[in-house]
Amino acid sequence: MFRPGKMTSQVLRSLFKKPATSSYPFVKTPMPKNFRGKLRFYQERCIGCKMCMRDCPSGAITIKPVGDKKFVAEIDLAKCLYCAQCVDTCPKKALEATPDFELAQLEHGKLKIVLGEDAGKDSKKETK
Amino acid sequence: MAQALFNIFVFPGFLFVAAFGLAAEYIDRKLYALMQNRIGPPWFQPLADFIKLASKEDIVPQHADAMVFKLMPIIAMTSILTSFLYIPMWGSNALFAFKGDLVVVMYLLTVPTLTYFLGGWYSRSVYSMIGAARSLTQLFAYEIPLFLSILAPAMLADTWSLSGISEYFSTHPWAILFNIVGFVIAIITLLGKLEKVPFDIPEAETEIVAGAFTEYSGRLLAMFRLAIDMELVVGASLLAAVFLPFGLHYGPAAGFALYLVKVLFVIGLISLARTIVARLRIDQMINFCWKVIAPLAFLQFLLDLILKGVHN
Amino acid sequence: MPEREVKLTIGPQHPMLKEPESFLLTLRGEKITDMTVRLGYNHRGIEKACEQRTYIQDMYLVERVCGICSHSHSTCFIQTVEEIAGLAVPKRGLYIRTLIAELERIHSHLLWVGVAGHEIGFDTLLMYTWRDRELVMDILALISGNRVNYGMNTIGGVRRDITTDQIPQILSAIDKLEERTKYYIQVGTEEITLRERLSGVGKLSKEDAIHLGAVGPTARASGVDRDVRRDDPYGAYGELSFDVITDNHCDVYGRTLVRLGELMQSYKLVRQILRQLPEGPIVVKAPRKIPAGQAVSRYEAPRGEDVHYVKANGSDKPERVKVRAPTLANVQVVAHMLKDGYLADTPIVIAAIDPCFSCTDRTIATTNLDNGRTDRMDWPTLRTYGIEWYSKQGIDFTELNRKLRTMRESN
Repeated sequence: MFRPGKMTSQVLRSLFKKPATSSYPFVKTPMPKNFRGKLRFYQERCIGCKMCMRDCPSGAITIKPVGDKKFVAEIDLAKCLYCAQCVDTCPKKALEATPDFELAQLEHGKLKIVLGEDAGKDSKKETK
Repeated sequence: MAQALFNIFVFPGFLFVAAFGLAAEYIDRKLYALMQNRIGPPWFQPLADFIKLASKEDIVPQHADAMVFKLMPIIAMTSILTSFLYIPMWGSNALFAFKGDLVVVMYLLTVPTLTYFLGGWYSRSVYSMIGAARSLTQLFAYEIPLFLSILAPAMLADTWSLSGISEYFSTHPWAILFNIVGFVIAIITLLGKLEKVPFDIPEAETEIVAGAFTEYSGRLLAMFRLAIDMELVVGASLLAAVFLPFGLHYGPAAGFALYLVKVLFVIGLISLARTIVARLRIDQMINFCWKVIAPLAFLQFLLDLILKGVHN
Repeated sequence: MPEREVKLTIGPQHPMLKEPESFLLTLRGEKITDMTVRLGYNHRGIEKACEQRTYIQDMYLVERVCGICSHSHSTCFIQTVEEIAGLAVPKRGLYIRTLIAELERIHSHLLWVGVAGHEIGFDTLLMYTWRDRELVMDILALISGNRVNYGMNTIGGVRRDITTDQIPQILSAIDKLEERTKYYIQVGTEEITLRERLSGVGKLSKEDAIHLGAVGPTARASGVDRDVRRDDPYGAYGELSFDVITDNHCDVYGRTLVRLGELMQSYKLVRQILRQLPEGPIVVKAPRKIPAGQAVSRYEAPRGEDVHYVKANGSDKPERVKVRAPTLANVQVVAHMLKDGYLADTPIVIAAIDPCFSCTDRTIATTNLDNGRTDRMDWPTLRTYGIEWYSKQGIDFTELNRKLRTMRESN
């Protein structure tokens, strides 16, 4: 039976249902726990082997020594693919992916962050 | 004199129709969004769009005919505003009613389509010319059924004046039920006149960018879009006056509220029609209008003719 | 009165196209008399970039050839590399790969139904199908950690496992989606304006489909019974049972029915996979340096047959990677389908092959402005041309070559 307006009943019912859109940013939908967002760096476990740097597809992570057997990770959030290959490659599990994805900044320089303590005077801590 | 100026520029003239047009666009877009299970724009969106467009530069293409290009939006707005002055809102007398104003209103409502055609044709861009040609082709398909469906109640009421139609039906309320077919036909052909889905072929976004309005920008586009909004209000008011003329003697305040309810009802039906069907192709639209809608319009005309004979 | 011929250029930027491509139409009134297609606007040099990165880095690069069929490209590439290296992926890994492949097919076909609705002015269908598609995207985010570009593959298997608490969530999402898809099949077959716009449009006979090399649902809607999942099984498809949907309408309506039918088959496959999921490891250890060899691998992407070729030379970087996306095979057919068609049918016919021009563009045609000649340069010619051009600008290559040599030796 062909007729126009087959979707009429569904459409009229939708008038009284709650909209399917959530009013982000007033209502936030949390991502699942193993979502690949911003990285987290466990400085005490890093041994400076730089295997994460070798496997990074875009060269976003750099491991820099800041003292005796202590390293910090400099990450360029703009280059990072959030693929978490460095998380898998690290032999000491010093990197972890968090579900944080709201990383937008107004200035490009603020996207280069340094993770780890004793990051130094010229670390650019990211601000909201 | 001051009274007439007030009527023309403020109520029910330019300011009222413009404000009502913007509100009607908001209601249409909000209903469309709610029916699609999403939130839709806030109430000030059409006003914000108008202000944004009016504050931008209008660019006239190099090969376009500048005078026609700039004149068309103004003519579109003017003719729609003028036609609104003859449509009764409450009570059975429009402000400037006279015998034969039905024909004048229908003529004035055809003028905007001609302005879309001329504006698009003289833009001299391929998309505009195709859109303009489609606009006129579509006019040939929906105009006759629309005229017939409005003429049927007019013939029943034995008058050429819109106010006369309202007067007749307010004294013979049962006759409204005989015009249901005409009402349905009028809604469908009004979709064609307003160029809304399924008949938004002249302005098909995915095929010809924006049809006749492709080259328009800035203040000229703001005027065209305001004209389209006002056309929605005027068309809905016309349908409410011809097909829903009940409850006209309750005085100004209650009558105005009833008028608003009727117009919003018609706008609601237009939004519903927009949501549930896809866009037709121009040849399918002409086939449909001439093979299905026009015979139904003739049928309605015959029905009213028989009714008139029986009544007399 | 004869109508004048008008030349209309659709693209590269146009509201009908989701990705840039150029179609030059010659119109007489509303009828199309001629059409030419120009490709190359999305060329990003991916094949060349693959040669300078290791296999592990290439996985992510090849995945980003396309956003909608990312798992297709990634899996096809990984299959090729695993074949050269002679790795046997454990069964659980193959099943998980197939599960993600079918979930990707579901999300891609729902996206297509919405896009088709938008192209014919039926925005309501767009909003409803994309609302339902969110269910699949949430499941994919749950399993793989991202809504697109899943990154599930690694050489030798998959990176993440499916835990037991994820399985009921996947099954309940599939149940909801199946109910909604049945409704869309009803709308597609009963809504008269849809049938009017989609029937008789973009006709492609069976002989023409085989002759012009159409693949995927475009060919299957013309009665060509080809599906790589059944003809040349990869992944876990050898152990799963499903039907290949073909249709005899030979037009856009047939393609809609084929895609809706494939959605139902995908739900069936996902349930089978979750029922038959074997225990065991999900990955085997893969060497960093792949031994010399070459291989070709095929994969049934949502758009058709995807072909990848990899040549390895014993180092940790591939020597040559070639990607043949399904849209490249289908775009030849568009000009044939639109001859003697209407302008109003152009959006839906182009959308019916499910174009993904990001996948497609692998070459560009260059026009020499001095002598107006159009050439297609192959890689050695382009390299020589580039070196000559830079030498004329006065750039000396000896220092650069020395640096490159030192870098290669230190890695």
